[in-house]
Amino acid sequence: MLDCGLVKSKCRKKFLKSKYIYTGVRALLYQSIVQNYHDFVVERNLDLCINCRVCERQCSYLVHYWDENRQRVMHDSSKCVGCHRCEALCPTGAIVIKRNPSQFRENSHWKPWFLKNVYKQAEQGGVLLSGMGNPQPYPIYWDHLLLDASQVTNPSIDPLREPMELRTYLGSKPDALEFVERDNKVNLKTKLSPQIKLNYPIMFSAMSYGSINFNLHIAMAKAATELGIVYNTGEGGLHPDLYKYGPNTIIQVASGRFGVHKDYLNAGCGIEIKIGQGAKPGIGGHLPGEKVDAGVSLTRMIPIGSDALSPAPHHDIYSIEDLRQLIYALKEATEYRVPVSVKIAAVHNAAAIASGIVRAGADIVAIDGFRGGTGAAPTMIRDNVGIPAELALAAIDQRLRDEGVRNKASIVIAGGIRCSADVVKAIALGADAVYIGSAVLVAVGCTMCQRCYTGKCPWGIATNVPALARRQNPEIAKRKLVNLVRSWGHEIEEMLGGMGLNSIESLRGNREKLRAVGLSEIELDILKIKPAGR
Amino acid sequence: MLGSRVFSIREYKEKVFGQKDYMREKDISGCGLFGVINKEKKLISGSVPVTAIAVQHDRGNGLGGGFAAYGIYPELSDKYALHLMCDDKDALSCAEELIKKYFDVHLSEPIPTRSTVNIINAPVLWRIFVTIKENRSTWSNLDDYDYVVAVVMLVNKQIPGAYIFSSGKNMGAFKGVGFPEEIGEFFKLDEYKAYIWTAHNRFPTNTPGWWGGAHPFCLLDWSIVHNGEISSYGINKRYLAEHNYECTLMTDTEVVAYLLDLFIRKHGLSKKMTCKIFAPPFWDEIDRMEEEEKQAYTALRMVYGSGMLNGPFAILFANHEGLVGLNDRIKLRPLIVAEKDHDVFMASEDCSIRSVCPDPDKLWAPKAGEPVIIELKP
Ligand code: SF4
Ligand code: SF4
Repeated sequence: MLDCGLVKSKCRKKFLKSKYIYTGVRALLYQSIVQNYHDFVVERNLDLCINCRVCERQCSYLVHYWDENRQRVMHDSSKCVGCHRCEALCPTGAIVIKRNPSQFRENSHWKPWFLKNVYKQAEQGGVLLSGMGNPQPYPIYWDHLLLDASQVTNPSIDPLREPMELRTYLGSKPDALEFVERDNKVNLKTKLSPQIKLNYPIMFSAMSYGSINFNLHIAMAKAATELGIVYNTGEGGLHPDLYKYGPNTIIQVASGRFGVHKDYLNAGCGIEIKIGQGAKPGIGGHLPGEKVDAGVSLTRMIPIGSDALSPAPHHDIYSIEDLRQLIYALKEATEYRVPVSVKIAAVHNAAAIASGIVRAGADIVAIDGFRGGTGAAPTMIRDNVGIPAELALAAIDQRLRDEGVRNKASIVIAGGIRCSADVVKAIALGADAVYIGSAVLVAVGCTMCQRCYTGKCPWGIATNVPALARRQNPEIAKRKLVNLVRSWGHEIEEMLGGMGLNSIESLRGNREKLRAVGLSEIELDILKIKPAGR
Repeated sequence: MLGSRVFSIREYKEKVFGQKDYMREKDISGCGLFGVINKEKKLISGSVPVTAIAVQHDRGNGLGGGFAAYGIYPELSDKYALHLMCDDKDALSCAEELIKKYFDVHLSEPIPTRSTVNIINAPVLWRIFVTIKENRSTWSNLDDYDYVVAVVMLVNKQIPGAYIFSSGKNMGAFKGVGFPEEIGEFFKLDEYKAYIWTAHNRFPTNTPGWWGGAHPFCLLDWSIVHNGEISSYGINKRYLAEHNYECTLMTDTEVVAYLLDLFIRKHGLSKKMTCKIFAPPFWDEIDRMEEEEKQAYTALRMVYGSGMLNGPFAILFANHEGLVGLNDRIKLRPLIVAEKDHDVFMASEDCSIRSVCPDPDKLWAPKAGEPVIIELKP
């Protein structure tokens, strides 16, 4: 069954008799050439379909519609973004969303992706936009790393029978401690800087209120509190109702300074200065005005409906010494009660930059690799700028050690952590903890359709349209996030125990526990790990 | 047969220094331990540790045995006693020449040995008693200990066929490829008397043995014997590299020696707190502590997490102040302690202790992670 895409009544008669089915929607005389080069096709099994119109109500892109004349549900595949919402909710399983099988002549250079983008831009003259992280087939180093396990010479430890510790503290640590010991009691003499305590080495990454909706912010705040971890506000400020979750909240300060004021700065257990983001290094954030409703307006301190564009650089940071001033301004504003993190995108000189950040006084360095998600980014930037988180992490951890400042700051890695094994590998490479963002969204239904910038997310995630946002029940979403982190926690414990370790700090930076497959000698040298078999 | 599998010192160093640090392979071994200390500094004959470790014959495979002894050079107790092993006389004279650049040499002589059936292809074994030169040509900013460590490291790295395997005052290590009872006989340990002895029987599984690979491992007057595999080796090694210790012996034990040096000598921590870094209390124990202790141990784990020894181990370490025994925090390797009058014995198996002290006043298995710290009477 195919759409004819035609409207004239003459055609209608003709096509009704033929194998084509008249769809009756497109009233355009002029048709753009990309119109039928859409990415997905909807296949509806007419034997199964009961015309209940669920798909019609679920699709925010208006793919499905009710055809009065034919008294049945029809669809227009050209509008489909591949979010699979209809497929997931169809009560009879009548829908399958498929890749459009239509094929251009093979050309390994001019792939359809490039053709379609050129057509679109020639037509509309705009910057191509995308959501989520870099989807291109660059190497994924996690998938080239393998973990160790104990056999004979050291026993593996069974996490079901022995204690297994994942507790992690983020913040600056002194190089040495001084104790006073008297009558078998120990007292600490050294004064420690503030730390963030985590029960799992996992945090919910910065996703601003506005880019995702309030329901998910409540869910993250509650889940983080229940799990004993933290979530990050992102650059959109903190809604007044969420201040009570402050002990489990990292407050973000980005170049737009949206929602930043004294109470906000003092609301959390840590502050993060966002310099860059893995999905779009070098450019600022972009929240389209359609997403700015009353709540977002209140929290961001901007008028309803106005675009929230944060500048590419911070207008008070043009050099590392400026960053130092901001770090200390924030520490002063919070009376040195909370650690300050600086988040950068993983770029070519990440190691040198990170070292500068630590010397500038940051307590935590967060690095976001190019797989890190976003609500909206220019496609060219998302797909071509930045480097893999794995390599940046390896280089940064080594650099900080070479310079003897690794204790001075914790390292947090973000950008494409998909499973607990990725977490274990990241920690073995040298991270103290990881941020998960995309995984959080997937946990509540996201299917990586990469159209977050439209504000119409059918899963009720990257949208503030009340009817769509309602699809996320904060309690259910919270439960899913708690389940996700708990299950990863169990898996991490299993892997740790298998390696003969019973505490996460013995894994941190322990690259002996990693072996590589299929990497070049140079890559091994950057990662500083042995190839499998050695 | 056995001889053909043993690396010379030169071969061994080529294997280590010929590779990038992260590519070096680590030795894996299981072992037997024995240690004895007399708190009153009464001297104990070398035949005691030899007899006791011989009882644990099955815990080794003939690829490494060794001893450390404290109080053996009373007449030269103010000199650093450098014990060297060399592939040949040439390597020895190169090493000696280098040593003379940094130290005043007071006595240079072969370490006495007797020929035994199973100890074959022994390297040239030599001891040199030295003091630091009044006018140092380099490293004048270093304190005495750092200076000695720097020279030892220099010799071990620069002279391909020579290796300094102990460098403390009034103490020494005796070790090599063979079963420990054979090594003891070879080095004529029955002729030495010491107030602390440690002994080790080794069961390496993966690499050909070499003489320097046997325990104890020594740095200044620290000596360490160790049974276990430290699964946290990878991070311990990198943590040490941050503090300018380069691990070249590819054994867990080396890591322990450097960590002791870092924590006790450089950071000024007590033996107890150092043991607590190696085998820290679990978080749920810490959470139940009184506020001040809780803060102290929380900070200890936060700051010294990379120094934690994770994995199965039982370890004995000694210096001129005493002997310490420690197990990992879930006691995955055996350790037994016994007391008789002023003697304290520590071993992997109680039969080993009973073979030299049939009727101890007290004999117990220390709890996981609880250090047994025995100090000498001053
Ligand atoms: S949801 Fe399924 S059954 Fe209902 S109309 Fe759509 S395709 Fe038919
Ligand atoms: S959040 Fe929504 S719009 Fe964005 S990729 Fe996921 S499903 Fe698509």
